[in-house]
Amino acid sequence: MNATTVGEYLRARGVSRREFLIFCTTAASAMALPAALVPRIAEALEKARRPSVIWLPFQECTGCTESITRAHGATIEGMIFDAISLDYQHTLQAAAGTAAEHAREQAMKDNWGQYLLIVDGSIPTANAGYGTIAGVSNLDMLREAAKGAAAIVALGSCAAFGGIPMARPDPTGAVPVSDVIKDKPIINVPGCPPIPVVITGVLMQYLTFGRIPELDALGRPKAFYGQTLHDRCYRRPFYERGEFAETFDDEGARKGWCLYKLGCKGPTTYNACATAKWNGGVSFPIESGHGCIGCSEPRFWDAGGFYRPLSTGNWGTATTVGTAVGVGVALGAAAALAARRRQKDMEKKA
Amino acid sequence: MTSTTLLEFARGPALTWATGVFVAGVLWRLVGVALLRTKKDLSEPRNTATWKGLRLIALRSWPRREFLEGTAFGEIMGYTFHLGFLAALLFLVPHVLFFENVFEGLLGFDFSDVFGFTWPTLPTGVVTFLGAVSLAALVAVLIHRLTSPVKRLISNFDDYLSWLLTAAPLATGMLAYAHAGGAPYEVLLAVHILSVEALMIWFPFGKLMHAVTIFAARGSQGMLFERKGASL
Repeated sequence: MNATTVGEYLRARGVSRREFLIFCTTAASAMALPAALVPRIAEALEKARRPSVIWLPFQECTGCTESITRAHGATIEGMIFDAISLDYQHTLQAAAGTAAEHAREQAMKDNWGQYLLIVDGSIPTANAGYGTIAGVSNLDMLREAAKGAAAIVALGSCAAFGGIPMARPDPTGAVPVSDVIKDKPIINVPGCPPIPVVITGVLMQYLTFGRIPELDALGRPKAFYGQTLHDRCYRRPFYERGEFAETFDDEGARKGWCLYKLGCKGPTTYNACATAKWNGGVSFPIESGHGCIGCSEPRFWDAGGFYRPLSTGNWGTATTVGTAVGVGVALGAAAALAARRRQKDMEKKA
Repeated sequence: MTSTTLLEFARGPALTWATGVFVAGVLWRLVGVALLRTKKDLSEPRNTATWKGLRLIALRSWPRREFLEGTAFGEIMGYTFHLGFLAALLFLVPHVLFFENVFEGLLGFDFSDVFGFTWPTLPTGVVTFLGAVSLAALVAVLIHRLTSPVKRLISNFDDYLSWLLTAAPLATGMLAYAHAGGAPYEVLLAVHILSVEALMIWFPFGKLMHAVTIFAARGSQGMLFERKGASL
């Protein structure tokens, strides 16, 4: 495949102009861009040079890779992903061992300062031995690869926020990319895994405009993470009316009522699940009858239980409150005794 | 600290410690009063059925006709605020879930299993309206307090802090519901929970404690009046 631009690559793969424009319109809509920009997006994307991408998987489960490559049948967003020049991804590439590492080093050298670095998985810091590739620790490999990167995409909640490896008790001292790299633009694309169209949307935005998208306070593209699931949830009217499923198989659940009482984290979760959906637009978890678990938010694994409603407290043990009962009674008794003594003294004086 | 960790802090350690201070403080006040020595009353009782004095609880909860002109505003606003506040506190679904979790998580039993019915709730819109009315009444009584020379004279720090800590949960709760100000929902929710925790911490040490003692105080006073044969 000798195509040098995305347009050439897509044409070679048999993507028609019509299909390409439909994709550009859908992506523009997902990124909340005006329809008038679609021709410009199409033109820019068609002429965009296939960027060199180095993808480093660290402490991860390969779910992020699965999401983009195996979620559903061949689509244009899948081809957009293919259209990048993926020079290193040791799960997908054919080469292994020294040859694979050589490919990475060569790609870095050839595209120094220009390549896009994708990282999935968190980085263990407690011991270099917890994560090494070809004898190089994850931490050292990230630092080295980041030096020559134009920008970094922290793909998935593990790379963006530490994710499951960082969940208590965090045995490996896992940290997100942003804790290690401070001098490069980082785009966080969290989710466990992230939505395929969001991944390609971010890549497409970078390809089209040549710059990183507008990010929120947590470094996530606002176009995809600008609203909560609750804001865009089709079950929201039931929340407003106070109609809630009490269990996963009661009448409310069958009628599609709000899942807040069953622990849905939609109100505090920023992601595009309710609009972009999954499996080629079939549905998203809430539509399938399960509450959102908040997987695109930091520390979602430790945030108080997937099935506990948001408004409830995380009491832990009742020790503090039990101690408070004892302290309160003791203080009250002491205060009363002191008052009694004062009373007696006064009576004696009288 | 991210907005998520702020919410985690509000729902976790801050809630636990605020509850600890609340429980210890309320028990300190109650046990301290309960164990006080009661003075022996050597006089002949005018009435022996002193329980009839409990009527004072109801009588003092209703305006007396002869004072109505001076007390009507305070009574109407007071009832408006208290009823709105209680409706928001007790019947909003997220609050009900919180209380049910207190029974389950802290006391170890399921509310509906023990009491035989599920905690009733009101639609969010109704509670929001009642909360807004309640907040408006709170603002009205504050203005009244500030513009009345007598009320201003007898007001102290406790009155103003108690007002602020009561109004804050109502205001922050409505901001959270409305997703106001462009702030993330989890921040608004965390601020709302923290404002409730501030209320809980101050509760036993100021005039807010009346919520626990008011009926017991009126009842015991009524029984004393009954014994002395005073007109209620």
